[in-house]
Amino acid sequence: WEPVVGLEIHAQISSNSKLFSGSQVQFAAPPNSLVSFFDASLPGTLPVLNRRCVEAAVMTGLALNCSINKKSLFDRKHYFYADLPAGYQITQQRVPIAVNGSLSYSLCVDNKMSQMVTKTVRIKQIQLEQDSGKSLHDDTRSQTLVDLNRAGVGLMEVVMEPDMCCGEEAAAAVRELQLILQTLGSSQAVMAEGQLRVDANVSVHHPGEPYGVRTEVKNINSIRFLAKAVDYEIQRQIEELESGGTILNETRAFDAKLGCTVPMRDKEGKQDYRFMPEPNLPPLILYDAKSLPANMNHQQVVNIDLIHERLPDLPSVKRAKLVERYGILPEHSFTLLNEDGLTEFFENVVKQTQMKPKKVIGWILNDLLSYLKQHSLTVKESPVSSFLLADLLNLLEKKEISSTAAKHVLAELWKGERKTPLEIVKEKKLELIQDQKELEQICQAVIDGQENEVMAIKAGNLKVLNKLIGLVQRETRGRSNPVVVKQLLEKKLSQ
Amino acid sequence: AALKRRVRFQVSAALKEGHVTPTELCQRCLSLIKSTKFLNAYITVAEETALKQAEESEKRYRKGQPLGVLDGIPIAVKDNFNTAGIETTCASNMLKGYISPYNATVVQKLLDQGAVLLGKTNLDEFAMGSGSTDGVFGPVRNPWSYSRQYKEKSVPKSHSEDEESNWVITGGSSGGSAAAVSSFTCFAALGSDTGGSTRNPAAHCGVVGLKPTYGLISRHGLIPLVNSMDVPGILTRCVDDAAVVLGSLAGHDPKDSTTIQDNFTPFELPNLTDVSKLSIGIPKEYHAPGLSSEILALWSKAAELFKNAGAKVIEVSLPHTCYSIVCYHVLCTAEVASNMARFDGLEYGHRSDMNKSTESMYAATRREGFNDVVRGRILSGNYFLLKQNYENYFIKAQKVRRLIANDFVKVFRSGVDILLTPTTLCDAVPYMEFIKEDNRTRSTQDDILTQAANMAGLPAINVPTALSERGLPIGLQFIGRSFQEKQLLTVAKWFEKQVKFPMIQLEEVKRHDHNAFQHQKSASFS
Repeated sequence: WEPVVGLEIHAQISSNSKLFSGSQVQFAAPPNSLVSFFDASLPGTLPVLNRRCVEAAVMTGLALNCSINKKSLFDRKHYFYADLPAGYQITQQRVPIAVNGSLSYSLCVDNKMSQMVTKTVRIKQIQLEQDSGKSLHDDTRSQTLVDLNRAGVGLMEVVMEPDMCCGEEAAAAVRELQLILQTLGSSQAVMAEGQLRVDANVSVHHPGEPYGVRTEVKNINSIRFLAKAVDYEIQRQIEELESGGTILNETRAFDAKLGCTVPMRDKEGKQDYRFMPEPNLPPLILYDAKSLPANMNHQQVVNIDLIHERLPDLPSVKRAKLVERYGILPEHSFTLLNEDGLTEFFENVVKQTQMKPKKVIGWILNDLLSYLKQHSLTVKESPVSSFLLADLLNLLEKKEISSTAAKHVLAELWKGERKTPLEIVKEKKLELIQDQKELEQICQAVIDGQENEVMAIKAGNLKVLNKLIGLVQRETRGRSNPVVVKQLLEKKLSQ
Repeated sequence: AALKRRVRFQVSAALKEGHVTPTELCQRCLSLIKSTKFLNAYITVAEETALKQAEESEKRYRKGQPLGVLDGIPIAVKDNFNTAGIETTCASNMLKGYISPYNATVVQKLLDQGAVLLGKTNLDEFAMGSGSTDGVFGPVRNPWSYSRQYKEKSVPKSHSEDEESNWVITGGSSGGSAAAVSSFTCFAALGSDTGGSTRNPAAHCGVVGLKPTYGLISRHGLIPLVNSMDVPGILTRCVDDAAVVLGSLAGHDPKDSTTIQDNFTPFELPNLTDVSKLSIGIPKEYHAPGLSSEILALWSKAAELFKNAGAKVIEVSLPHTCYSIVCYHVLCTAEVASNMARFDGLEYGHRSDMNKSTESMYAATRREGFNDVVRGRILSGNYFLLKQNYENYFIKAQKVRRLIANDFVKVFRSGVDILLTPTTLCDAVPYMEFIKEDNRTRSTQDDILTQAANMAGLPAINVPTALSERGLPIGLQFIGRSFQEKQLLTVAKWFEKQVKFPMIQLEEVKRHDHNAFQHQKSASFS
């Protein structure tokens, strides 16, 4: 069976005001407090296009390698619903603002971070459209509560072709899109706040045969659930077909609690949206350096070339730069970018320590990150600052403590008691023993006490040396440098 | 008393010189509105606010600081323009009691110039119709029904039957505005024009009706019928007045993305004396089926007038004229279906008591709120917009529209400056006769001569020309090039001067008028 997955993603544009009116865009404001006359569809009001929204869409189109249509059109899509005051949505059905792009994303093979493959998904188009309001159904009182704060907020609909084959791919693609949008600033793309909504189109077929009937899966609230929903649906379709059933071209909702998809009840028959050109908005004309007329008022014009010049480094570029500059592995760069603020943290530590970045990264990804994950903290909320960590790593680098001791110190630092690493080292007596004679004495004592092991080593079983090293470590309570200890023991044993 | 017969320009001078005060003027108009209530031209009379505005204007005049030529001038506005704090109904149950929180841009501009808003005028429901007979507040009566000129020519069946059954329609859909200007209750009125809704009633009521170029005047706040064809229309008693009002309204509005960005400079109309450089086109297709012989003759006479004055008068052809009605039907109903979708009873307007489900509430609300005409157009429009029909109807109609517009481009490119056509097929018919046919049939018939200018977005103006055999006004239409209102109005003004259209002699009103002003000093004007 070959599963086929396409995605329709709605990203809320990060702008001060809405797509066609001047009311504010803000999450979780009091109901109906951000509604202009136009948003409420008062008769006689007209749409006025928001320049920032156009720029956001152009930026996104360029970042996704799309062709930007220098002329795009607006249309009305009609249906009746309580959260759609005008009875139609203004969208771009005929000619959207950007088409034919691509998005590259990476996956771990077999869950091994060390083996990453790059995949590409084609972007069919990006279109500008209005968001709807929100309706809450109060079944106990048989009423519907309508909040129009969100009505008219600008959306970019990004359509990804069915080039993906499983939940993991879909999730990785969306994650990369999310990073791109956040890097551009065109959308904050936080799924939990409804700024990024994903619908999946799923079908299965036998290789060589035509595509199967597809279902649309909605109500996916996180990237994790996206992968689950897609995989469940693929499985469901395969089972259905194998048992002789058929797949209906329907819309299904993902039930996060049950981990399955269920048919959505309200689509009776197919809707005819009666698309019609939006007569109140002339075609949207975009310019580039070549086509820009000389006497144009620059306030009235969106210049694609200017936007192109001002594009920030995209995630893929940022990752490549990190790998090159710091000598870290590609998979490390993915993790760094995946956590909000982690790259900055890492770079700050590197700046403040003599330890090589290749070594620092281990502390960042293994120690810092796992601690944060365990306690559900973001990088910003970390009780250990980059300054403190750098300080600690410097002690390690100067060989004043062992790495085991460093881990102890870090554990103490997590408590957030405002002690410096040096203070903790002194307090817990974790400094490495620098006195050679003292070390020699302890080594000697261990050798003296382990006759059998000594004999084994002298007989050629060198692995047993590690036991002796371990015993010295225990004796010194971790305050000995294993490398030095090994040297000393070897010297003594060879005598 | 004779003051209100004057055109606005002269009144303005009178205001400036203190011969009459804005308050006096306002009161007289309000009083006249009351005594002509039987015309049913007004849906809402904003007496309190109008008097306040007049007071403010008076203060300014006393200081010698009027805002401009329109300061203190009483005006009326068609009830499909939003007016803050004053009910806006579109003559529909759907918006009965609806008080808009904002002013339409054109209303705001007039108010900013100090104009005094007397009230909102009657229309066909949602501007759909050509008679101003299909609104929920009842039909508008043409003031000429009560003129000596009409009465002299009509054969009375019996004295009592006379007035009640013989009154004629104003035409539509801006009938209230036309009647208001025609009966002297205001000096200028705003209408709207989508297929002729300003020019048609202007012709029937013997007033000047200007349809400006699409994109010249803001539609923000005008409740739309067909967004791609609607324009605010201007009704006045003379062409000069229309130019002044145009000057105060035209120009880019950031709130309306379909207004052009070019700077607009208001102009004063020159007094044209030499028309020898003009080329007047007579489109042969406007000799439409049903055109009365009377109007045909008048049209020819007008052409002769220009020729004799030295202008070049040539016959031209606009071959796609005959398709414009059917094309309009498809495009208009499609946009209506779309524009009316917002009336669901949720946010504003009428909401039905039916509450079994949201859908049933929508259906009941719309059935109760809209009349047959509106509902009929919504159903047609939705049909044309269905996926399976879109290509064959909507797209086809758009293509035909392009052909119609190109007809005009070709003619104007060939050297013609202005087109001269009739405005209506005949003079105003009696109401009882008009209602024998349904709204759709009437609209189809009556819009034929005015509709194409809306298709092409061109400016056009009705100039009252002469009285018919029945003593009712007949107007002729001039159609100009895009954004060449100055040329259009200059020619219209010249023509107006030549034809010397007679003033309406309102007998009924005169009687009332006399009673009201018995004790007032009458200013003398010659």
